[in-house]
Amino acid sequence: MSDSSLVRASLAELSAALAAKRISSVELTQLFLGRIQRYDGQLNAFVSIDPERSLAQAREADTRRADGQAQPLTGIPIAHKDVFCTKDWLTTCGSNMLHNWVAPYDAHVVQRLHATGAVLLGKTNMDEFAMGSSTENSFFGATKNPWDINAVPGGSSGGSAAAIGARLAPAATGTDTGGSIRLPASFCGCSGIKPTYGIVSRYGMVAYASSLDQGGPMAGSAEDLALLLNSMAGFDARDSTSLERPAEDYARSLTQPLAGVRIGLPQEYFAAGLDADVAKQVEAAIGEFRKLGAITIDVKLPNTSLAIPVYYVLAPAEASSNLSRYDGVRYGLRASEYHDLNDMYEKTRAQGFGSEVKRRILIGTYVLSHGYYDAYYLKAQKLRRVIAQDFADAFEQCDLIMGPTSPSVAFDIGSKTSDPVQMYLSDIYNVSINLAGLPGMSIPVGFGARQRPVGLQIIGNYFSEARMLNAAHQYQRVTDWHTRVPEWLSA
Amino acid sequence: MNWEIVVGIETHAQLSTRAKIFSGAATAFGAAPNAQACEVDIALPGVLPVLNKGAVERAIRFGLAVGARVAPRSVFARKNYFYPDLPKGYQISQYELPVVVGGSIMISTPDGNKSIRLVRAHLEEDAGKSLHEDFHGSSGIDLNRAGTPLLEIVTEPDLRGAGEAVAYAKTLHSLVRYLEICDGNMQEGSFRCDANVSVRRLGSDKLGTRCEIKNLNSFRFLEKAIEFEARRQIETIEDGGTIKQETRLYDAERDETRAMRSKEDAQDYRYFPDPDLLPLEISEAWIAAVRAAMPELPAQKKERFISQYALPEYDAALLTSNRETAAYFEECTAAAGGAAKLCANWVNGELSAALNREDREIGQSKVSSKQLGELIRRIVDGSVSSKTAKDVFDELWAGASSADAVIDAKGLKQISDSTALERIVADIVAANPDQVAQYRAGKDKVLGFFVGQAMKASGGKANPAQLNEIVKRKLNS
Repeated sequence: MSDSSLVRASLAELSAALAAKRISSVELTQLFLGRIQRYDGQLNAFVSIDPERSLAQAREADTRRADGQAQPLTGIPIAHKDVFCTKDWLTTCGSNMLHNWVAPYDAHVVQRLHATGAVLLGKTNMDEFAMGSSTENSFFGATKNPWDINAVPGGSSGGSAAAIGARLAPAATGTDTGGSIRLPASFCGCSGIKPTYGIVSRYGMVAYASSLDQGGPMAGSAEDLALLLNSMAGFDARDSTSLERPAEDYARSLTQPLAGVRIGLPQEYFAAGLDADVAKQVEAAIGEFRKLGAITIDVKLPNTSLAIPVYYVLAPAEASSNLSRYDGVRYGLRASEYHDLNDMYEKTRAQGFGSEVKRRILIGTYVLSHGYYDAYYLKAQKLRRVIAQDFADAFEQCDLIMGPTSPSVAFDIGSKTSDPVQMYLSDIYNVSINLAGLPGMSIPVGFGARQRPVGLQIIGNYFSEARMLNAAHQYQRVTDWHTRVPEWLSA
Repeated sequence: MNWEIVVGIETHAQLSTRAKIFSGAATAFGAAPNAQACEVDIALPGVLPVLNKGAVERAIRFGLAVGARVAPRSVFARKNYFYPDLPKGYQISQYELPVVVGGSIMISTPDGNKSIRLVRAHLEEDAGKSLHEDFHGSSGIDLNRAGTPLLEIVTEPDLRGAGEAVAYAKTLHSLVRYLEICDGNMQEGSFRCDANVSVRRLGSDKLGTRCEIKNLNSFRFLEKAIEFEARRQIETIEDGGTIKQETRLYDAERDETRAMRSKEDAQDYRYFPDPDLLPLEISEAWIAAVRAAMPELPAQKKERFISQYALPEYDAALLTSNRETAAYFEECTAAAGGAAKLCANWVNGELSAALNREDREIGQSKVSSKQLGELIRRIVDGSVSSKTAKDVFDELWAGASSADAVIDAKGLKQISDSTALERIVADIVAANPDQVAQYRAGKDKVLGFFVGQAMKASGGKANPAQLNEIVKRKLNS
């Protein structure tokens, strides 16, 4: 296989090439490390790479393959969002607070992928502690969108999305608390899935908002996602919110026809606020699904407008507590000069956290405060159940829900940094899925304004990942949006 | 003016699980600093808590023992505050929905039994320790204790004065050890009390403003601290002052309490349900299983001792004050083949005195329950007198193997052979005609002379009751 076809290949194709000895894992890893070295100066998708260690893992994978012990992902380089702890490797969460922190243990997801023989290619950039929609809130600088260097890649898993969009990595992990896998996947023209809450262990995934955080795969296609999810998902006794269910093969339904599948179209997702260029591509994609035999029906999610306010009470509340451990006492940054304990806390946290993290800690502290708790936190918890009920009602009438991932294509770097609320609205179609704990995914369905990618969001009922991946795969069989690579990166 | 001292107590009982409440690290006392702090205990980024079922099981046991409601659903909450020995920046505790609700504990007071109502008991994790000495202007942090499971047991303000407070604390201390949910080691901090103290004029039904005295780790300090604090409050009010609600510390060296922080400085802990832990669901089946495995409780055991062994209440109460003593008594009675009252006397008397002399717990007794029981069997069958038995007991305490061995070796077996005793008595009667005449003239006291002489002649080994009877018969014949 030529380098350029390897760069565009699916994981299944790479796996086949490795199995047929058309290429070794070392060569494949070198190919992607080479692309990182060549292009990442412009993209800033990676926070850290360690070629020697990656190549050592690749050599192990090659040995394993030679010994006949290979699994589908053995030898395939995969990048991890820098929110996953990686043993003896930097884990920064995009924060000055952890800019030099080396994790002494592997996250459950990292462990599982490592166990399959996947090669750790590097750690990808992200909004600090996963708080953001643009990957501009990183201590290590903004990541750029491979389709347009002036655009954001979306966030918070923007490093992973940009790396895949630019084919600097064939696959990566991400996390999604309020759209952080789906939004960047949509902005960078790749595929990503946030599974049902509880499917992928959160152990070793640095917490932002525990009741919403969920890890998931990002890659070039739905088929790749299924393969990755098979390795990432599974019960973990170390995470009390991990669900104990029989293992499933998420690829089992990929080839099923879509005839008769009922697709719900929530009118609230196609209302005012949705850009026309996005609407056009999303509607075209839905047309393709109809051609594939699916039936579309209108559904209502009447409390959609509450999702952003509810999310921005609950997520900061949990974050304000989750981030209390960064106090300079045991690890991470500690201010170099201070005159007493409180001063040490204040200076450490003032220097260690960026402004968006501080904003959310302040909001969270406020809504949990005595006298405000009932009006904010408790009220938001009640509305969270109301929002989940909307989806339960909708899924009485349909099998899948589809709509845009974001109201617009990727916006320009710097254009929303001074207006947090505008930034938050990028995830208006995303956060309710996290609030309900449902699975959601985004796949590329064409290009909108300024040739920036548009994403279609597919929402399923609990544990319907296989069905969602089936729908996405059937769409990707008849379209080629997911195979597109930006011109300047296709060499 | 007469004052009433009103006390409520919050007790932190460290639960006797081997692992911590939310991690797998060991809870054993005395390890090198931070040797028992795993990645969860030091709150590394990305770690998550997993509830130790053993801690829950112990909380259920406690709830059942005090007649409380074991909540079918309780919730772990985060109590947020910054402190260097609190690694996560929050403590996982229970707030609105605790695992144990209500219940009561019966205490003995000089005026009789009194039921002390409990508000609740909840599960939580302990913090680490800050070490302020030996670090030259800095502080050391030891996180071995961080994450140790605690059951916080809270009473209503039902206690009146230091005496009742101590009686409650002792009863609770005995109960948690009975239940084997806490080792009760107060020096190691396994059982610590906070006392909420207020005073009011006798007859008033309105509670006064309370002060909380933190971390009292001995019954004596509890008593002294409450006494001092009540005196301070009474004097303040009598001098025209008012009591400020505050937290105070007891200084044992100076025997006084000192203000630590006032209510105004109280932190806003921003409690909210911990999203890392699901609500704790306790099924009826789980409760039933714990109930089936419950040890006998002190009150039940006391009642059983009264009915099964026909013991007076006083003896039964003493014997059941702790589980080990009760077990010793039962083993002793079994080895003695009955004679429960005599066994009770020995356990509460001779044995207890010997233990006290050497400051030993009953578990460290040098005379086993079996040894003592066998000795008592020899008293019952007339082989030795009670007086001789005390000497045998001393020999056993000093290391002798069994009562029979001592009795044999020292020839202590009393003479119950009536032929031999008859001969001794006959000789003495024959040798003392004057005294015989006095007795027969109605001077009953002379009887003692004959018994004494006969006992002397037997080398002290005559069975006293038998001897008495023979002397009487000979003199009257």
